[in-house]
Amino acid sequence: METYIGKPVKRREDARFLKGAGKYTDDIKLQGMTHSAFVRSPYAHAKILSVDTSAAEKAEGVVAVYTGSDACGTFGVPCGWQVDFKNGETMREPLHPLLAKDKILHLGEAVAIVIAETLELARDAAELVQVNYEALPAVTCPKKAMEPSAPKVHDQWEDNAAFDWCIGNDRAEVEAALANAHHVTEMTYKNHRVAPNAIEPRSYISDYDVNADKWTLYTSTQNPHLVRLLLCAFALGIPEHKVRVVSYDVGGGFGSKIYHYTEEALLTWASKEIGRPIKWTSDRTEAFLTDAHGRDHIVHSKMGFDADGKIVAHLTDEYCAMGAYLSTFAPAVPTYLHGTLFQGVYTTPLIHLNVVAPFTHTVAVDAYRGAGRPEATYLLERIISKAAKEMNMDPAELRYKNFIPPFNGTTEPGYQTQVALQYDSGNYHGVLKRGLEMLGYEDFRKEQAEARKNGKLLGVGISTYIEGCGIAPSAVVGSLGARAGLYEVGHVRVQPTGKVSVFTGAHSHGQGHETVFAQFVADKLGIPMDDIDIVHGDTDQVAFGMGTYGSRSLAVGGSAIIKSVEKVLEKGAKIAAHKLEAAEEDLEYAEGKWTVKGTDKSISFGDVSLTAYVPHDYPEGVEPGLDFSSFYDPTNFTYPFGTHIAVVEVDADTGKVDLQRFVACDDVGNVMNPMIVDGQIHGGVVQGVGQALLEEVVYDGEGQMVTGSYMDYAMPRADDVPMIETDRTTTPCPHNPLGVKGAGEAGAIGSTPAVVNAVVDALAHLGVTDIQMPVTPQRVWKAMQN
Amino acid sequence: MQISVKINGKTYDHDIEPRISLAQYLRETLNLTGTHIGCDTSGCGACTVHVDGAAAKACTLLAVQVDGCDIKTIEGMANGNEMHPIQEAFKDNHGLQCGFCTPGMVMTAADILKNNPNPSEEEIRHGLEGNFCRCTGYHNIVKSIQQAAEKINA
Repeated sequence: METYIGKPVKRREDARFLKGAGKYTDDIKLQGMTHSAFVRSPYAHAKILSVDTSAAEKAEGVVAVYTGSDACGTFGVPCGWQVDFKNGETMREPLHPLLAKDKILHLGEAVAIVIAETLELARDAAELVQVNYEALPAVTCPKKAMEPSAPKVHDQWEDNAAFDWCIGNDRAEVEAALANAHHVTEMTYKNHRVAPNAIEPRSYISDYDVNADKWTLYTSTQNPHLVRLLLCAFALGIPEHKVRVVSYDVGGGFGSKIYHYTEEALLTWASKEIGRPIKWTSDRTEAFLTDAHGRDHIVHSKMGFDADGKIVAHLTDEYCAMGAYLSTFAPAVPTYLHGTLFQGVYTTPLIHLNVVAPFTHTVAVDAYRGAGRPEATYLLERIISKAAKEMNMDPAELRYKNFIPPFNGTTEPGYQTQVALQYDSGNYHGVLKRGLEMLGYEDFRKEQAEARKNGKLLGVGISTYIEGCGIAPSAVVGSLGARAGLYEVGHVRVQPTGKVSVFTGAHSHGQGHETVFAQFVADKLGIPMDDIDIVHGDTDQVAFGMGTYGSRSLAVGGSAIIKSVEKVLEKGAKIAAHKLEAAEEDLEYAEGKWTVKGTDKSISFGDVSLTAYVPHDYPEGVEPGLDFSSFYDPTNFTYPFGTHIAVVEVDADTGKVDLQRFVACDDVGNVMNPMIVDGQIHGGVVQGVGQALLEEVVYDGEGQMVTGSYMDYAMPRADDVPMIETDRTTTPCPHNPLGVKGAGEAGAIGSTPAVVNAVVDALAHLGVTDIQMPVTPQRVWKAMQN
Repeated sequence: MQISVKINGKTYDHDIEPRISLAQYLRETLNLTGTHIGCDTSGCGACTVHVDGAAAKACTLLAVQVDGCDIKTIEGMANGNEMHPIQEAFKDNHGLQCGFCTPGMVMTAADILKNNPNPSEEEIRHGLEGNFCRCTGYHNIVKSIQQAAEKINA
């Protein structure tokens, strides 16, 4: 019998994508469908003095024009996470309107929507909407936003703070330990703003059916059920059972498609007003201006060491931008997804992080691949490498000295951090040792020394990351401010013929769920993968779900499916026992059949399935059917970890960084499909490399974005990166049935500091100790001149 | 304006607004939605098609500019259910994840191999620099094209 778990099974979803037959939202056409275009503010901060839509309303093909003065102007999209001030004051939570009425708070904020027969006519008419603005001064930097003279984003509060927050040990205790430390390493830098840039722009179609009094919202989202909940219960106040949310194929997300956006709610409202379907698809500049961004932390950090190089204390202060409005998960990102990872993989006994999260005149900042953990990892891995240089120690040696010793989380307890979490299982020595072997670290150091003699600038950078994913235990996140649970739903419907439909609340937008979920269901049921179909992305088919982000699909969504598979087998055993005239405890299940132990008497999965639906000869007290749905709420987060090592050569004349090698040894727990895990690592690594070397969203002093196109925003292209050298160690997760930890974000979390460490290492002998990301040729060249 | 275009072997005659891009024409008029629009400015390459045998970005060509041309789109690459060796190689090497950039990648790969049947890794990477992929880190796309070259040359 063929088994699938752990094998590089080719993806079942590939054929449709390769033939151009994927079904992305913008590919859908509905009968009578209209198209829409937005009138967006050219200012970051302005009063709206007047809006004149009369010419647009009369233009060819226009169906309707709405502004903030219409009924939709009273609605807003909600925030899904509440982080209150340290002094107990409630988080400041402004209305995030579907259309701005009186005031513009960020560049690209929508003032009006024009709905017309074609996209071209909608865009033509949008040009005719006359808006008079009074431009106001803007603030885009989170630190400057807290200065007393800063322009205010929301007039109703005395300053720009949305909240402040801290975690860890008592600040005074941490400061005292730093004052007594043998050596203190200090860093001040910006973890700069980046744009997620899924290649498929956001796209929505809302279709109100007047006869059924029901909406269908087609949306490029990572979590259809959560969008439905937020849309119905909070944004519009419409009945949840009257709304179907569908997201078929989605062209990448990276966090940016988690959130419930204003355009989704506005289209839903407007399609009932006009009684016709409405489509909107973002163009790329709109995507830069309106998709939630990532990162944007201003960081000041100190790490203290004893004479032996052991970390004694770590103190950090950060200003973390929220943007003009609070996006769905925004308050969680610089707090519970960030500060809780400040232990890293080290035994640091005293840790304190203080966060101030201001509003800024920019689009929102929310979770972007890694969400808070890349920012934590960048800090820890840069500062420890900087400290190694300052203390004249090898960066690998300093890490080994401070690692938490290995623990498996079963016979040995989990590791309790100073920052709330308890790690599940880990072997941090193992991944560093293997990573250094893969690189040939000692030989590289010799090569580097030789190269330096010849004026060649080679550098190596190490990063030993940990991340917390598989989000999350609902009670835990609830106590931390989440307004939703973070369980997952898995529904296994065995058909009368023994074929199986699996409905999952997780959502695939590139992760390969249709393949991987079928792999483990096939193995657990002992039937061929071809007999299993995976259904996702439709709230009318899938009972409920929390979607895909935080590397949770397999660890949480997979576990929910396993629970249902177990229920199927449990009930199947009762039916089998009846048919075989044996006691249940005398049966064993393997290779798709129940067998009476020690005999050749057996009944197949297919026969039991048929019996369940044709219950003529059937056990007493057992319901017909073989169909189970389960909710799985994890008991802990999962904690993948790994070592990433970058090798760079810096051009001495131009400062250009050439990434020559990238080595990744990751431990993501048990692996269902190594081909897919490697693919996730490759992609994550290159996104992290992009932040290190190329990408930055830049707003100027007036809040204009100067990087709003692919001509200005540099993402990694094929010739910017080398092949990624991957390997794994395996430390199973002790608390979920598959022993999996998650691999979606690891690459983006570990890689960024490895690259910057490598650049600084290449220039260390010139006295360079730090370079602000992205490490552009200009910045490198300047650093070399100083 | 009246245009006559051969697309995937079939000739189409349409009266088309001069401002409509080739990508919009393929997607909206012909329902060939495999050609994707990721940026409108030639930056991402998701809309790459072949115009008279050479790769071109359909988002920055007007439909009227291809009057009389022979166009191939991703829908024209497979022979019925039999995929082109490049498509097969992408599947074998996990050269795609979300699939959105994939049609453009396949069309560009075909162009690379047409002009250079035995490209080095560096030549493949250089040939792909007009196409963004945000999922794969390019690693498996490069491997796919290497394998496709071997298969086609075998």
